Amino acid sequence: MSKGNWLTEFPQMDRSDLLVIRKGLDGAYKEFSRSYGEIIENLFEPLLRFLVWFEKLLVNSPWWLIIAVICSIVYSATRSVKLTVGVLIAFFLIGYFGMWENTMRTLSIIFVCTMISIAMGIPIGIMMSRSNRMQSIITPMLDIMQTMPAFVYLIPVVMLLGIGKVPGVIAVVIYAIPPVIRLTNLGIRLVDKEVLEAATAYGANSTQRLFGVQLPLALPTIMAGINQTIMMALAMVVIASMIGVKGLGQPVLKSITNQYFTLGLFNGLAIVALAIVFDRVSQAYGKRTQKHMERAQ
Amino acid sequence: MIEPLIRIEGLYKVFGVAPKKAMSMVKDGVPKDDILAQTGHTVGLKDINLDIQKGQIYVIMGLSGSGKSTLIRHLNRLIDPTEGKIIVDGEDVMKLGQKDLEQFRRHRMSMVFQRFGLMPHRTVIENVAYGLTVQGMNKKDRLAKAGEWIETVGLRGYENQYPSQLSGGQQQRVGLARALCTDADILLMDEAFSALDPLIRSEMQDQLIELQEKLHKTIVFITHDLDEALRLGDRIAILKDGELVQEGAPADILLHPATDYVEAFVKDVNRARALTVETVMKPPAHRITKGTIAEALQQMKTFSSDYGYYCTDEGYQGFLLQSTLEEAVKLDGSKAIQDDLFEDLPPISPDTVLEEIIPDSMGANYPLPVVDKEGDLQGNLPRSSLAEVLSN
Ligand SMILES: Nc1ncnc2c1ncn2[C@@H]1O[C@H](COP(=O)(O)OP(=O)(O)OP(=O)(O)O)[C@@H](O)[C@H]1O
Ligand SMILES: [Mg+2]
Repeated sequence: MSKGNWLTEFPQMDRSDLLVIRKGLDGAYKEFSRSYGEIIENLFEPLLRFLVWFEKLLVNSPWWLIIAVICSIVYSATRSVKLTVGVLIAFFLIGYFGMWENTMRTLSIIFVCTMISIAMGIPIGIMMSRSNRMQSIITPMLDIMQTMPAFVYLIPVVMLLGIGKVPGVIAVVIYAIPPVIRLTNLGIRLVDKEVLEAATAYGANSTQRLFGVQLPLALPTIMAGINQTIMMALAMVVIASMIGVKGLGQPVLKSITNQYFTLGLFNGLAIVALAIVFDRVSQAYGKRTQKHMERAQ
Repeated sequence: MIEPLIRIEGLYKVFGVAPKKAMSMVKDGVPKDDILAQTGHTVGLKDINLDIQKGQIYVIMGLSGSGKSTLIRHLNRLIDPTEGKIIVDGEDVMKLGQKDLEQFRRHRMSMVFQRFGLMPHRTVIENVAYGLTVQGMNKKDRLAKAGEWIETVGLRGYENQYPSQLSGGQQQRVGLARALCTDADILLMDEAFSALDPLIRSEMQDQLIELQEKLHKTIVFITHDLDEALRLGDRIAILKDGELVQEGAPADILLHPATDYVEAFVKDVNRARALTVETVMKPPAHRITKGTIAEALQQMKTFSSDYGYYCTDEGYQGFLLQSTLEEAVKLDGSKAIQDDLFEDLPPISPDTVLEEIIPDSMGANYPLPVVDKEGDLQGNLPRSSLAEVLSN
């Protein structure tokens, strides 16, 4: 096919052949999205409705109520006054600098994405921990999900569902779910063999082993996974805003295109603040549930 | 002979990807190392046959890697055999389906682990009650029952601690209480005391012996420590490279080691502490049963020696010397034998360990009479046989 010497020039595929492949695949996918796009969109309808409802709830509730609720959640999860006061100040500053509404939008989407990631990730992680075959199938998929630039898998999602909240959520979940899956799998695999053996020896069936031994003992690792997932979801906020997800990402995007440094900085800082809050709270909560492990030292 | 509670027949275990393929080599007697080198399969157990009677403490011994853990895990099928039968109470454990197997593990056998195997996220009382939780017993009943066992093992007050807050010895008591709590009649103990320091360890051994006297469980106990084996075991089986090399009563193994391997094992044992009088005593001889002095003297003269042990229907009475009798017969031969004729020679009990009777034996010029709890003469222990047993 290639006319040049294959020693000096890479034996490349014919340009026209490549075009055929590209056209073929693109065409097929377009065809697919044209005929199934609507069905799939309808499938996601309940999710969309929930997203809209939850965002409205956060945006429309009085700010002091939201702060009160968040602070009480933080306090009951961590039992730390210092942390609670820190959260209070962070949210107050966010509101004071005029980013309240966007923060609420981001908060709502992060919350939903995290819940979806946990709800899907933990069962997948459990499956993976139960068979080496599963593990060897899923691990490369997770590798791809984590290394593939987000923009690349945004394309088919947008082609299929257009721009908006749902494709945003899908993109964020794809990007953020791997840590929960990986660490659930790892946590369960690392459970002390003798403890698990003891459970089996006393006649525990596989459900009793899972809920009575494996998950509780894997919990610290799973919590670390959830924490990572939240962080990654937050990191996706800016990219998700490119496909129409409202929130703190949009002003950042705007400031890139218009070179508004301060606007970008403020919104960036708000994202950082959210990240720190999520991180500290989930870690403190994780530690608190594992207290019995530590008292020994 | 009575049916054994546990019977293992022709048990083989080969670890690896295709164990069946390596089986022919195992059966042809190819050494373990060669099989590993040629096929990558590890021989865990090879043609194990043994019977365990109800109520026994059955000790399985061997060096590290000899297959002890592998063997005990076959009993409750934590490991499935490559070939062979495991029969418990007449029932083939290999034929149990998953559900039946779970029931079997819940009610028939419980297990104590070397590294305790406690659940770090459960309190002591929840750990002890674990077997009952699995059985589905309601919370109130199971905690009540667990509480009793915690008390029995001496951990009262620790109910709501977590395992990590206890010392090793205390943790293993929790392990023991957990095992006893399910009322299973068979107790599997895989090096249960090996991780404990010597003092705590002998305390735990005492406790186990004490409990066993009350509970009469069937205990399969694994150890690599011969002293422990001798202390606890009613019978001992010795494994080497997955093969059973000797099986028998403790004294048997000490006195008649079957192979060099066993001999090396028993060589360093403190026999004085491990053997009881019963195992080395001579059968009863020189028994004087006649009532009068003259008759007794007559009877003694039929022996090849100048002493005798005077016994009546009530059992052993005392030790007589020919010279004493000859003196006494000069006075009145028709008199009955009286206490004042007896020599001062302390009787010893058959289940005393040798160590304790060494001073008595060394101080005596004649074989010590061995007298059981009922007062009957069981035999005698000459200084020479004691010396012989202790010297090699
Ligand atoms: N899951 C396994 N896979 C492969 N080989 C195994 C497995 N379990 C045990 N073995 C092998 O079987 C042999 C016996 O092991 P086992 O654990 O029964 O020894 P042990 O007598 O309990 O030793 P220790 O005193 O060290 O506990 C060893 O050679 C070991 O390598
Ligand atoms: Mg072992």
